[in-house]
Amino acid sequence: MALPSYAGPLETFWYYAFRVFCGMVFIFLITPLLIIIPLSFNIEPYFSFTEGMLAFDPDAYSLRWYEEFFGSERWMAAIKNTFIVAICSTFLSMVLGTLAALGLSRSELPFKGLIMGLLISPMIVPLIISAAGMFFFYSSMGVSQSYLGLILAHTALGTPFVVITVTATLSGFDYNLVRAANSLGASPTYAFFKITVPLIMTGVISGGLFALMTSVDEVVVAIFIAGAEQRTVPMQMWAGIREQISPTILAVATLLVCMSILLLSTVEYLRRRSEAIRGISAH
Amino acid sequence: MMANTVEAEGQLTPDEQKRLTSDMHRSLRRKKFRALFLVAPLLIFIMVTFVSPIATMLFRSIDNPQVSEYMPNTTAALADWDGDNNELPDEATYAALVEDLVVGRKNHTIGKAATRLNYEKSQMRSLLTGTARKAGRLKPPYKDQLIKINKGWGDIDNWRVIKRESKPYTASYYIAAFDMETTPEGEIKMLPENQRVYLKMLWRTVWMSVVITLLTLLLGYPVSYLLASLPMRVANTLMILVLLPFWTSLLVRTSSWIALLQGQGVINDILVWFGLVNDESRLSMIYNATGTVIAMTHILLPFMILPLYSVMKTIPPSYMRAARSLGATPFTAFVKVYLPQSVPGISAGAILVFILAIGYYITPALVGGQTGQFIGNMIAYHMQSSLNWGLAAALGVVLLALVLGIYALYSRLFGGNNQMTLR
Repeated sequence: MALPSYAGPLETFWYYAFRVFCGMVFIFLITPLLIIIPLSFNIEPYFSFTEGMLAFDPDAYSLRWYEEFFGSERWMAAIKNTFIVAICSTFLSMVLGTLAALGLSRSELPFKGLIMGLLISPMIVPLIISAAGMFFFYSSMGVSQSYLGLILAHTALGTPFVVITVTATLSGFDYNLVRAANSLGASPTYAFFKITVPLIMTGVISGGLFALMTSVDEVVVAIFIAGAEQRTVPMQMWAGIREQISPTILAVATLLVCMSILLLSTVEYLRRRSEAIRGISAH
Repeated sequence: MMANTVEAEGQLTPDEQKRLTSDMHRSLRRKKFRALFLVAPLLIFIMVTFVSPIATMLFRSIDNPQVSEYMPNTTAALADWDGDNNELPDEATYAALVEDLVVGRKNHTIGKAATRLNYEKSQMRSLLTGTARKAGRLKPPYKDQLIKINKGWGDIDNWRVIKRESKPYTASYYIAAFDMETTPEGEIKMLPENQRVYLKMLWRTVWMSVVITLLTLLLGYPVSYLLASLPMRVANTLMILVLLPFWTSLLVRTSSWIALLQGQGVINDILVWFGLVNDESRLSMIYNATGTVIAMTHILLPFMILPLYSVMKTIPPSYMRAARSLGATPFTAFVKVYLPQSVPGISAGAILVFILAIGYYITPALVGGQTGQFIGNMIAYHMQSSLNWGLAAALGVVLLALVLGIYALYSRLFGGNNQMTLR
């Protein structure tokens, strides 16, 4: 989008003003994520840059908050809980969501609109409402304050992402490939695992990553239905920010930013791969 | 003769036709079942783990078991009492009350009925629990003795409240959620202006969500336009700046805004350093409505940019060039040609941001202070602190109805074309 050669001075001004504005929006988007990284190495328990930090004095920086984080039993237990819940609920979401997406992509399915609406409803209903409802229902069923309850809840919240991504992958799926496999003598099961699964795998995995992120980041439902024993990392952060905010939170935040960079790279890689497979070039 | 035979060969006999149709039907039905069979596990799962909880909440908002369950004799006795002629209930009702109070005190259940009645009329709790403490020592006839213990038992309005709330279902949580009250005469009217809480909160939630939606549109539209018109390689690189916040934990982003905006935070330090702000009069940008709006605009901006970008990507740049070559100024070309084509993106992004914003709870709770709280925080307050679960459920249903209403309106206006799907 270069500036056309016939542009007048007013248009030139607008062109640069527009670019500067966009640059400022990008700064607005990314600064909050970057600012916490140096702050997490602050030796003082402040949320601000000390004079020593600005002068790049090595004594003003320390790994103090990281040591506190890795030395804390509470945080380590929280990491363990987060992993248990996230892995179980992501696995369940991927299996249930993929099966449902396979059914939804068949033209013979009756009440398709209604079923789709119900299946993605956990994504539309505000979390605070889901949390309140789950609190009532799960307590009456006796599964609140347990790993099972939290896993079930996070699975319900994660499946819509798998359903949507796998359905999208299947919309470009060529069923003739399965028919060809069948005509060459493959059994339906064999054709499913050899033809369908590899082709929809990118959709399944990126949906699964969305579900994983939902579970790892989810705090509203967790604070309503999980007990102290199931305390996850977001719950611990929530408590930490509310009670007494210490830079340990920033150390955790920095680690979480690194994790999101990793997840983002994976999802982007998968997206480009799936576009390449489907013949839509990313470049 | 010949023609007849040929025709007979090409056609099926009625019998064969019937068999073929029924075979086709059966095969279609089998396919239908196979599709349903694949969907069924998740459908059942969502019904049990998600839809039932929502249904439970709907039920909770009208469920009213406390009085009828824990004061059964009084409930039965009051059934024949007509509160409209200004007469107190008869001796039998007072006797039933004493029986309920004695049993309720022994089983520690009278407090539940008392708390329930206190939502309707203050002092009902102390009236019931206070009397329950003395009820065991009473001998019949009870009526005058009870009125002597507490004048409240001679107040016909209190009896009307008990009778009204002894029904198994109630609308009173919704009445409270809309800042209304039931008068002793049974009329429903608005509370005085200074006692209204929830409608104000709901209005503030909607208003702040509109502000946040407009801000994300204002910031997101130019960025999406830039991303859609840049060469793919550059656009993909810049897209990382949008996607990284999108993939980062909500709590991380909220806590970094605390670090940035607080009194001793980074932005105030910079302003003081440049001499723009006095050290004594640092700006209060957090723990108020400003903090909520800034943090939520940042958090929700990617949800505006992604649908806008995916729509703008489909608008051919040649249209703008054509308009320009036909003599349109850049402004006219944009308003007449580009903007109308980007409307699906605007509507999808706006509805997504608005629906997400209106149900927010975490960010307002952490950075909102007094003036930046949302209706979601009110629901959480009644769930966790005041323990008025019926009211929390009613407020939840009101919020849910609002969200579903907006969503339905959107699908009606824009045909539900699926721009809301993920990238």
